[in-house]
Amino acid sequence: MSTEATIESKLIAEFSPSRLRIDNDSKRHAGPATESHFRVVIVADTFHGCNRVKRQRMVYACLSDELAGPIHALQMKCLTPKEYEAADGEVTLKAPPCAGANKG
Amino acid sequence: MSDTTQERIDEIVKKYPIMLFMKGSPDQPQCGFSSRVAMILKDHGKPFASFDVLSDPTIREGIKTYANWPTIPQLYIDGEFVGGSDIVSEMYLSNELQTLLDAATGKA
Repeated sequence: MSTEATIESKLIAEFSPSRLRIDNDSKRHAGPATESHFRVVIVADTFHGCNRVKRQRMVYACLSDELAGPIHALQMKCLTPKEYEAADGEVTLKAPPCAGANKG
Repeated sequence: MSDTTQERIDEIVKKYPIMLFMKGSPDQPQCGFSSRVAMILKDHGKPFASFDVLSDPTIREGIKTYANWPTIPQLYIDGEFVGGSDIVSEMYLSNELQTLLDAATGKA
């Protein structure tokens, strides 16, 4: 299974998201890896009542095996369905330009 | 992870009101995510301290345990972990970060 597919299945199993978007940015970054940099927008009820740090920690914990392995960078936006609705389609997560050749 | 490393990190974190653990330096960042946070802090203008984790492998790994956060950059304000590049960017757009930075005590 590709890393992207693993991320998808683990996030679905853990958070039952109402929306999930995964972008693979690996080609934009230095280094030979093709599945190293990802962007995730995830909308789930589970995030209700959790601050930003807690939400990202929940996602990091869910993907800890992948983070210890192929994933080098994981950008994310974690929203509740209400927050997503309030944003009215204005939910974007931009990847910064790569600034180096250092992996790890 | 040795306790000494964790103590060393704790000292660094508490020594400076605004402390950024990053790859490279604010003037020569070695990663786009680190660069983004350094640019935000520079843009705000309050002096901040930074630590280049590429210069020290034990801190580079130790900081992940310290914050229970597996990635770098990591921003600390007044000894508290604030977040990585996504959170810092979000808080900057919503002006929350500026409030925290302005409230940071002492001199960096």
